[in-house]
Amino acid sequence: MQPETTSRKLVWWGINIVVLLYAFIPVFWLVSLSLKDDATLNDGNYVPTSPSGDSYKAIFNNEDFIRALINSIGICLIATLVAIVLGTMAAYAIARLEFPGKKAIVALALLISMFPQIALVTPLFKIETALGLFDTWPGLIIPYITFGLPLAIYTLSAFFREIPWDLEKAAKMDGATPYQAFRQVITPLAMPGVFTTAILVFIACWNDFLFALSLTSTSAARTVPAAMSYFTGATTFEKPTGPIAAAAVVITIPIVIFVLVFQRRIVAGLTSGAVKG
Amino acid sequence: MDDGTTQIALQRHTDAKKAERKLGWMLVAPAVVLMLAVTAYPILYAIWLSLNKADLRRPAANEFIWFDNYVTVLSSPIWWTSFGVTLFITVISAALELALGMALAIVMHRTIVSRGLVRTSALVPYAIVTVVAAFSWRFAWTQELGWLAGDNAPLTSFWPSIWIIILAEVWKTVPFMALLLMAGLALVPEDLLKAASMDGASAWKRFWMVTVPLIKPAILVALLFRTLDAFRIFDNIFILTSGSNQTSSVSMVTYSNLIRGLNLGIGSTMSVLIFITTGIIAFLFIKLFGAAAPGSDAGGRR
Repeated sequence: MQPETTSRKLVWWGINIVVLLYAFIPVFWLVSLSLKDDATLNDGNYVPTSPSGDSYKAIFNNEDFIRALINSIGICLIATLVAIVLGTMAAYAIARLEFPGKKAIVALALLISMFPQIALVTPLFKIETALGLFDTWPGLIIPYITFGLPLAIYTLSAFFREIPWDLEKAAKMDGATPYQAFRQVITPLAMPGVFTTAILVFIACWNDFLFALSLTSTSAARTVPAAMSYFTGATTFEKPTGPIAAAAVVITIPIVIFVLVFQRRIVAGLTSGAVKG
Repeated sequence: MDDGTTQIALQRHTDAKKAERKLGWMLVAPAVVLMLAVTAYPILYAIWLSLNKADLRRPAANEFIWFDNYVTVLSSPIWWTSFGVTLFITVISAALELALGMALAIVMHRTIVSRGLVRTSALVPYAIVTVVAAFSWRFAWTQELGWLAGDNAPLTSFWPSIWIIILAEVWKTVPFMALLLMAGLALVPEDLLKAASMDGASAWKRFWMVTVPLIKPAILVALLFRTLDAFRIFDNIFILTSGSNQTSSVSMVTYSNLIRGLNLGIGSTMSVLIFITTGIIAFLFIKLFGAAAPGSDAGGRR
């Protein structure tokens, strides 16, 4: 068709730059706010004129923030791990086995992924208070697993359908034991899908605000997004803008790095899970 | 003798079927039990609570009151204002996301330079915690502090607040929408577009006459997902306005009743009403537009 002329390339560069600006302007604004010192904080400039690390020092000396960071990492890792293990089992069954009730399970997973979480907050609050789970790690981990599972089941079963399972049979014919066939042939093929799904589930947990806000009351289990909304300055007159921006940057960086490194796989995971089903 | 072996073979066949069935159930059981325990049971409990007077501040006054809570909520202007606000935000942001998401999907699909870079950076808004992005927008529009605000304070009046909430919501979810649509675009046969082009169809016409009809299923699924997701909007409003100037969504109002008001009866009533509304939206989508739920016809759209 048309040759890839320089002018066409230039037009595409222009369009691409618009996309880059779209994605990064709000992010760089937070970075810039987190680097402003007290004197220039309220100057309304997009770029800090005298960068300082004071806000970062402030949050890393703030016990509530450290605690929230530990909570976020611990709760999300455990929830992701459990959701992946249970989700892998279920997705394997859905992709590979014939059994009645399979469609109902897929429908249930879909229903839950579209569920209005707020509808659960009131009853879960009551139930968790009664069971002593309110304001504890398990109190958040359990709902996170529940809402991670549909995502895990969808994405993983889409990945599992693409695996050439006949290779397992071939390996067995060549004399491999069932364990060897699974370990050396199927596992390497399945791992990328499992890993991608883990990233997606982790991002979903890391992002949660509603449960973290409603099912905690102290820093015992409060995660960073919820803790940020409770930040106060050192004195009541000091606005915590700088520390909030610094905390925001701290919890954003690891995820952005993840996404930059595993971009191709995440795109595959998001699209296969949601569209192919 | 023949009969014997056939029977054994049949027996083995049914045994294998049974074993497969059993294994299947065993593998899905933990996930299904957990999902039901954390969603179905609380919803039933919420329905029960919604029929009771259940105020944590006055536990002595708790009693079964039939539908009084529903009467209270449905005759409350606060509920209807928040319902209207939520619907408005949902409709406008879903429409904007579809248009912008389609544009972004086409850019990611078609760009001839630095495709990886574009796809990667388009994922950034998806990866950022909603609360973090909301803080960025709030600070940007805060008087004197923000680079967008100048001397104005748009987050202190109704309409500017609503538009900023929509902006925050749209910014964050366009990439997700674009990815879903891009998966659809990848399925459009290149030959078909070339043929249309040879027949003299302009790019605009090719898009509307060839691409859109072919990716309609992907569009409808993406739209259904996003509509239901936008309807539960909470994080952005909580951070941007905390619901001041009547900008509360239904989720915000329910949250306030629970945490600030400690009124479980009213909170549960609102929970049930939101649940029902979500069901109606999904039903309308499937009935009116024929959106096929993903998974319901696995393989049908490959």
